[in-house]
Amino acid sequence: MQTAVRTSLPETELASRANFAPHARIVREAQSSGLPLSIRGLHKSFGDNEVLRGIDLHIPAGQFVAIVGKSGCGKSTLLRLIAGLDKIDAGSISFGQDIQPKDIQPEDIRVMFQEPRLLPWARVLANVEVGLGRDRASGDAHARAEKALSEVGLADKRDQWPSVLSGGQKQRVALGRALVSRPRVLAFDEPLGALDALTRISMQRLLERVWRDQGFTAILVTHDVAEAVALADRVLVIEEGRIAHDVVIHAARPRQRGSAELAGLEGSILSHLLSADDRT
Amino acid sequence: MSAIDSVSLPRSFRLPRIDGLIQWIVPLAIIAIWQVASVTGFVPTRVLPAPSDVLLAGWKLLLSGELVRNIWVSFWRASIGFFIGGSIGFAFGLANGLSQLSAKLTDTTLQMVRNVPHLALIPLVILWFGIDESAKLFLVALGVFFPIYLNTLHGIRTVDPQLIEMGRIYGMTDGELFRRVIFPGALPSIFVGIRFALGIMWLTLIVAETIAASSGLGYMAMQAREFMLIDVVVLSILIYALLGKLADSASRVLERLTLSWHPAFQKN
Repeated sequence: MQTAVRTSLPETELASRANFAPHARIVREAQSSGLPLSIRGLHKSFGDNEVLRGIDLHIPAGQFVAIVGKSGCGKSTLLRLIAGLDKIDAGSISFGQDIQPKDIQPEDIRVMFQEPRLLPWARVLANVEVGLGRDRASGDAHARAEKALSEVGLADKRDQWPSVLSGGQKQRVALGRALVSRPRVLAFDEPLGALDALTRISMQRLLERVWRDQGFTAILVTHDVAEAVALADRVLVIEEGRIAHDVVIHAARPRQRGSAELAGLEGSILSHLLSADDRT
Repeated sequence: MSAIDSVSLPRSFRLPRIDGLIQWIVPLAIIAIWQVASVTGFVPTRVLPAPSDVLLAGWKLLLSGELVRNIWVSFWRASIGFFIGGSIGFAFGLANGLSQLSAKLTDTTLQMVRNVPHLALIPLVILWFGIDESAKLFLVALGVFFPIYLNTLHGIRTVDPQLIEMGRIYGMTDGELFRRVIFPGALPSIFVGIRFALGIMWLTLIVAETIAASSGLGYMAMQAREFMLIDVVVLSILIYALLGKLADSASRVLERLTLSWHPAFQKN
């Protein structure tokens, strides 16, 4: 993940796009927050199965985007491509026209999965330090990890083994690990899917809070439409490898869970999903 | 069986503070029953000498220095053989667990060799090495090799791929990935291999020493058999049992120290 542009386009076009703004580094230091994301003509197949069939998408810096869809619609694949975990077949993903590839560090893009994926043999603090990437060896690693840990409200658990934590606490450690490097894009792959309803709501509040504090661009893949509507600025519905609906959520924050406005939006997105079901 | 009355078994269970001693109740009871059976003539001493006689024989051998020398020789053989076989097994386990090419190259061969009982090689080993040290070391190393190899390989192959992916996402180098994810993940399985290997180590050594040796515990037992010293024979067997238990305890302590993160080793 050394370059800002993940693409299958010829080298020349790659280079020309990279040559845009020479002041990218300054820009970055000035805002030090989310990266914009441009996706063009994205295709991905696994064997004969074409999972993504041409995704075109622009996400402004700092936006909170939720991606919903039936299982197997390609939403997780899209997220993995954005995070650079899988190779792109065709099309491109770039992080802003005015940002040079060399200004994107691996630490700028982080993923959080449904499973916490903590190292069972490392204590909580050491697990968070893993998130520092190449800065792990630096002198302030401890301090930065401790700060991230207190941001997710687990400062008192720093010396525990992961095995003694509850599911929600483990996921908060995973969030701390994702946040510790101050990422500019944070991709969530159903991070709350395995949690019980109450823990999920408190985690949603935590996600919203850290996103507002740090201003990274958030991409949340979820099967829970209520969660998508409660958290996101914008909900994308993916059907059969394409973006079928792009719904902007105007509701003011902090949002009132269960309000008529959100319930109405949830209902209309659900009916999109269900009508797609009826057609097939 | 009036002998059972003399053992205050049920009473011992009521004392809560001897929790750690409970494991010794059965061996001690057996020895007590055995002693009573010998003294009362229930078991003829020609078949099985009384524990007190065995202890006495042990005391005499201890005074003559023979016991310590033979135990030391056997312990040394066991350790060196274990170290050699274990290191090679560990190295192959690592190589084949981490590299597809290495696994393709050697795994089939090793699996074939594994199916030959290593003790079946004793005649060949005697022809090669005679009855000197290298014969015993070779057999012990060979016996120890396979459990360590197989369990190291298994441990590495079954490390959670999601953790490996996580390590890569967070920019771990290959070395870091091994040190922080793969090796700790494989460690519980490696310990299973070590404990298996310790059992095989003693088994191999006993057989090798009774067949081809001029020192060591097995040799001591065979010598005693020549002179009908049944108490020494029984003594040797008991020492093997003790050494085996000792080796197992040592590996458990090591396990508890290195796997303190594992839920199975957490007390509170």
